[in-house]
Amino acid sequence: MSASTKTIEELTRKGYEFGFVTDIEQESLPPGLNEDTVRFISAKKEEPEWLLEWRLEAFRNWLEMPLPNWAHVKYPPIDFQAISYFAAPKDQPKSLDEVDPKLLETYEKLGIPMHEREMLAGVQQRQVAVDAVFDSVSVGTTYKDKLAEKGIIFCSMSEAVREHPELVRKYLGTVVPKGDNFFAGLNSAVFSDGSFVYIPRGVRCPMELSTYFRMNAGHTGQFERTLIIAEEGAHVSYLEGCTAPMRDENQLHAAVVELVALDDAEIKYSTVQNWYPGDENGKGGIFNFVTKRGLCAGKRSKISWTQVETGSAITWKYPSCVLKGDDSVGEFYSVAVSRGHQQADTGTKMIHMGKNTRSTIIAKGISAGHGEQTYRGLVRVLPTANNARNYSQCDSMLIGDQCGAHTFPYIDAQHPGAQIEHEATTSRISEDQLFYCKQRGIGEEEAVSLIVNGFCRDVFKKLPMEFAVEAQKLLEVTLEDSVG
Amino acid sequence: MAMLEIRNLHVSVGGEEILKGIDLAVDAGEVHAIMGPNGSGKSTLAKVLAGHDGYEVTQGEVLYEGEDLLELEPEERARKGVFLGFQYPVEIPGVANTYFLKAAVNAIRKHRGEGEIDAMEFLKHIREKMKLVKMDDALLKRPVNEGVSGGEKKRNEVFQMAVLEPKFAILDETDSGLDIDALRTVAEGVNVMRTPERGFLLITHYQRLLNYIQPDRVHVLLDGRVVKSGDKTLAEELEKSGYALFEDNAA
Ligand SMILES: Nc1ncnc2c1ncn2[C@@H]1O[C@H](COP(=O)(O)OP(=O)(O)OP(=O)(O)O)[C@@H](O)[C@H]1O
Ligand SMILES: [Mg+2]
Repeated sequence: MSASTKTIEELTRKGYEFGFVTDIEQESLPPGLNEDTVRFISAKKEEPEWLLEWRLEAFRNWLEMPLPNWAHVKYPPIDFQAISYFAAPKDQPKSLDEVDPKLLETYEKLGIPMHEREMLAGVQQRQVAVDAVFDSVSVGTTYKDKLAEKGIIFCSMSEAVREHPELVRKYLGTVVPKGDNFFAGLNSAVFSDGSFVYIPRGVRCPMELSTYFRMNAGHTGQFERTLIIAEEGAHVSYLEGCTAPMRDENQLHAAVVELVALDDAEIKYSTVQNWYPGDENGKGGIFNFVTKRGLCAGKRSKISWTQVETGSAITWKYPSCVLKGDDSVGEFYSVAVSRGHQQADTGTKMIHMGKNTRSTIIAKGISAGHGEQTYRGLVRVLPTANNARNYSQCDSMLIGDQCGAHTFPYIDAQHPGAQIEHEATTSRISEDQLFYCKQRGIGEEEAVSLIVNGFCRDVFKKLPMEFAVEAQKLLEVTLEDSVG
Repeated sequence: MAMLEIRNLHVSVGGEEILKGIDLAVDAGEVHAIMGPNGSGKSTLAKVLAGHDGYEVTQGEVLYEGEDLLELEPEERARKGVFLGFQYPVEIPGVANTYFLKAAVNAIRKHRGEGEIDAMEFLKHIREKMKLVKMDDALLKRPVNEGVSGGEKKRNEVFQMAVLEPKFAILDETDSGLDIDALRTVAEGVNVMRTPERGFLLITHYQRLLNYIQPDRVHVLLDGRVVKSGDKTLAEELEKSGYALFEDNAA
């Protein structure tokens, strides 16, 4: 890219920092979706027969499924034949050292560490292991060896299928069945790459694990699949981040994430979602239809979802917990921002099955510009769930008068002893608050970001330290020019 | 020229005139007190000086260090050293006091062409000021004015003033709601900050504040006009006989 086009691009990107395209030789499937597409992907990944069959079954089933239309989002019909279902950099690296420098540069630009840093003696430095997924494939995973010493498996899904087929086969589709919903069905048929994490019994993962998803190719969908398994007493904190170039077309991202926590295991899953949201007129942007679900299979297990959703043209996402084990705990902490013409319909489902199960939901929605924001949550207490408790708090903040916020808390208590508490508020940044900040010398934009950050504090403090700072900055960039 | 000069200031809200021609001059190093019954326009004056856009200035001018104050945005006024201690400080949920103050300090420093304050230096600075107003350490991490009593909010205003070290401070009924000890502490805080370079405008209902902070001038505001100015004995006089004394002048 020449220096001048770069400057122009920088000048026109309007607040979206990661809108650049990496110019790299790619191999991709022409648009279109049929059984051959599914076979191609499976063959490309050298998958065993059972997995191909699994995909094909998912595909046939998907053909019969209707597109869901209950979400509070509007978008033109998606032409599933106009999407390419596979794109990958041509040169597939064998190890981190062989990764194309252009790719490394891309991740560098995104601020993602792809180099394993030696721990400096006496210096407190957090290590983060990264799996980098570029379009349909993983291009590298750091710290694999170090993690392997503890028996932890952290690799791409494709690699897991090759190296640990028994684990994949045992758990794939057990939390999100292949016919779960339209988008999960599609994903099951054509899923490309994603991360696989396995923490053995009693092991606390010594570092944060993270995956960065980058959609680069045009007219391509990303269908990643992530599976995290925490054996008895295992602990892991995992983070995913995502960005995409600015393109005029809408691109589809339909991921599936499955988490399994056995007895006394704990999984903390954090997301900082920053897909391209489209331009100020609502052109382009990612359609983000994601199914994320965690199964607290074991007693006293805990699954915690924390999400910061600032990107995408459309977000359709309900990270959920199935609290099957007695005394298990599910948590959902969310900040979702919709500005410009973004639409977000997001929330969670907490399904209480076991005794003494507890869940907490804290959802903060911020709408600015013409943004539309919906919280949709379900708390279901099954007849088996003695002494189940839930606390939900949904707060909306409106900036300007063209945006909207909606809250749909569904409660389905089938046990008379269920204790369910729900609180909801809607607020605006008041003139008095702005004046107070200005009187102390703080300019309007900074004042807004300060107030919004304060509004999100309960959620941000759940994020791992370094990502909390990232999330805060992201919010600042996102809300620039939203006022006035 | 005085540090702050208010000349024939007329202010309306929604077409109704609230300030009806105020003239007032405060020199650097001086403390002026404004007293007046409820609704006489004291807070209106304070907010207009700070740049609140809900008020319309229909006539007159205000010069601050020789510059047209009314032309400036509220944040510019603040950065140039104008501080208002609010009668009703607002809550900013989730924003810690330290975080808020750091943003303010850095905004002011940036205006002066200085870099961001060093974290250690900042901490040292605020600890020093906390001592000055005897503020509890725990408050630093608490959100701005959230879940604190009315009196604590007022003390926090004085704390903020101490941290930001303005050139000209307006304190709008900072004494209201304070217990005797808090009142004394707050007054001491103000007295420490009373230097030849700094000007103060104290809005109060009570003579007792002026026992601790001796004003150079006292003005009586009645129905949008300054009906009488004098030295500190004027406050004592008011305490004895109330505003009835001046009602005729206002009419
Ligand atoms: N934003 C506003 N809209 C309408 N009227 C207002 C507004 N602000 C002030 N007023 C009116 O202006 C008058 C002066 O109000 P102001 O708050 O300045 O009084 P004050 O002297 O500070 O009173 P107090 O001693 O009770 O604090 C009152 O009659 C009040 O109702
Ligand atoms: Mg008042």
